[in-house]
Amino acid sequence: MNERVLIFAGLAVFLVMVSLPFWLRDDDPELRPPALSITTTGAQCVESTAYMRANHMQLLDEWRDDVVRHGDRVHVSSNGRKFEKSLSHTCMNCHENRQEFCEQCHATMNVQTYCWECHITSMEVQ
Amino acid sequence: MNAERRRDFLKKSGLGALAGAGVLAGLTTTIKEQASASLETEAPQGTVRWGMVIDMRKCPDDCTDCIEACHSAHNVPDFDDPKDEVKWIWKSLQKKVFPSKSMQFASRDRKEKPFLTLCNQCADPPCTRVCPTGATFSRPDGIVQMDFHRCIGCRFCMAGCPYGSRSFNWRDPRPAIGSIDPSYPTRERGVVEKCNFCVERVEKQQLPHCVEICPEKALTFGNLNDPESSIRKLLASETTIQRKPELGTRPSVFYIT
Repeated sequence: MNERVLIFAGLAVFLVMVSLPFWLRDDDPELRPPALSITTTGAQCVESTAYMRANHMQLLDEWRDDVVRHGDRVHVSSNGRKFEKSLSHTCMNCHENRQEFCEQCHATMNVQTYCWECHITSMEVQ
Repeated sequence: MNAERRRDFLKKSGLGALAGAGVLAGLTTTIKEQASASLETEAPQGTVRWGMVIDMRKCPDDCTDCIEACHSAHNVPDFDDPKDEVKWIWKSLQKKVFPSKSMQFASRDRKEKPFLTLCNQCADPPCTRVCPTGATFSRPDGIVQMDFHRCIGCRFCMAGCPYGSRSFNWRDPRPAIGSIDPSYPTRERGVVEKCNFCVERVEKQQLPHCVEICPEKALTFGNLNDPESSIRKLLASETTIQRKPELGTRPSVFYIT
């Protein structure tokens, strides 16, 4: 009988320890996603916000190959609007501040991109 | 019995010799055809093949408008040390641009006239053959393009190019760029770059920067595969030369000297 109590108590402690990060997540401000500056000058993004949040990396990768390797420079969005496939022109025209729009989130997620080794925004040039 | 065998043997060996001779004859003609094709001056067929004619009679020695326009639009760095030099379009002495051109009794001024040079956008480019990552490649419209994303900086293309049209970024180019134009990316250290025939403008039906800015209208840009284009009319009426045609790279840049 005593053994059973010990076993279940141990199991309970183990489960609490394992799930501790999930319990503490909401309380730790460092683990919250950053409040992004989504100030844009454009009315609508090339795709929906949800789609862009999940897939912007694939979209940019496809754009890059389409433009550089296949000379295909026009993106037709899912609702039929046309955009130039360009990080520097299309994306950064609306989302001007790369530090606040791109880098904050990438830093939180520990994503290292090398877009900005070469591409540059007009805000940085000034 | 013996005689019959001998007869058969002679018949068969005769047929074999005939077949061998036929194959040899076929092979030699193909080899000859290939050899003459590599020296052929006609551009390969397709719908569009971009090319340029540089009229050196109109190009003043001291004018560098085209170079400045190109280099500032494409964020080409300007390093003080010539070993670090990066260039897309530049001027070099005539005797260096055309080393095999006969100029035995030409004046020193003529031999050393600054000649405008840029990537020849070859129809059969050695640089794309040697690139191990496919970072440089021929577009269907004849432009030899760089995909900076894929360049690993091995510099095979620089060794392959017989015109010295490619430059390597030995240093971080950004500090050496006067004023960065954000509409075109810069490069990073360890990447090769060269003239791209302003592909980003040509695709939008605009002329390359150098052609547009030239105050003397010395540069003509157009479709080499369209017999009615201004460039083809110029090539039809003028005597033009290409750089090192004997190498069989078939340059798309022509000179009137």
